[in-house]
Amino acid sequence: MTVTTVHNPALPSEWRDYLALTKPRVMSLVVFTGLAGLLAAPGHIHPVLGFTAVLCIAMGAGGAGALNQWWEADIDAQMKRTLRRPLPQGRLRRGDARDFGVALSAGSVGIMGVAVGWLAAAILAASILYYAVLYTVWLKPRTPQNIVIGGGAGAFPPLIGWVAVTGEITAMPLLLFAIVFMWTPPHFWALALFVKSDYAKAGIPMMPVVAGDGATRRQILIYSVLLLPISLAPWWIGGTGAIYGLAALALSGLFLLLSLPVAFRRAGGGEAMAPEKRLFAYSVIYLFALFTALVADHYFVAGVFA
Amino acid sequence: MTPEELAQLKKARRGRNIALGLILLGFVVLFYAITIVKMVD
Repeated sequence: MTVTTVHNPALPSEWRDYLALTKPRVMSLVVFTGLAGLLAAPGHIHPVLGFTAVLCIAMGAGGAGALNQWWEADIDAQMKRTLRRPLPQGRLRRGDARDFGVALSAGSVGIMGVAVGWLAAAILAASILYYAVLYTVWLKPRTPQNIVIGGGAGAFPPLIGWVAVTGEITAMPLLLFAIVFMWTPPHFWALALFVKSDYAKAGIPMMPVVAGDGATRRQILIYSVLLLPISLAPWWIGGTGAIYGLAALALSGLFLLLSLPVAFRRAGGGEAMAPEKRLFAYSVIYLFALFTALVADHYFVAGVFA
Repeated sequence: MTPEELAQLKKARRGRNIALGLILLGFVVLFYAITIVKMVD
């Protein structure tokens, strides 16, 4: 008898396959910005309810991620980056992925509403629909601006975290939304510049595939320029102290500096997309650092003026 | 189904059941805590 390495489509699904459906790495950023919004908001929330709010944000993101993978299983099978996901590998039935996504999404909204508040729950529901329907089903396969509008989905967590504490939508949480919204296109297009052949193969109209490298590089610069004043706005309107203001100035300044070599590079420079990879790596650090500064600023100001 | 496949299936199912059990237990604890917090408020 010969032993082959051909994959067995009837492999039983493990708990790890369900975990992979929730996109744990995306979730870590979502949990972090949601927690930062919650911690930076004025007012008090009981730690148990605060934990519940962040858990619901994570569950909602996981549910939306599962629904995204359920819808895109055929596309994922054509791209190297997503080929190893449980659905293209046949380790999970498609219907099970859909049911898991719906259960997580509905559960997260319900628990948020009962335990924390229905305004936060309504925004959470809107963010899940935004990602799973508006972005995944409608925009992503249709327009190269998919990332710009879809970036709204990732911008919801700090808004939800903030509203979980205050129970109302004010300028500050909307600015946090705007920061992540402006951050997403340069973050994602930097990635799309060095994995674009995969998107082309799967027929997804990512900006570099449709409009070309030059247009993508110009747009990265435009959003990096816009990010600077928007990240400083919370300080200008008096929502934060100088700790956040100076951190935002330094972090967004460096973001802009790193986007310059990406913006003004001609295609075909043989050094394997080094500036693009650097900008992408920094963009992740940027978001963590900026929201850390926001929370640090909040607790410092509260500590000094208490 | 070979004995090896059956063993693998049982192992995967056991892992799923344990994970689900722990999650349900976690929710029981969480809902208890939420209830206590809401009653105190």
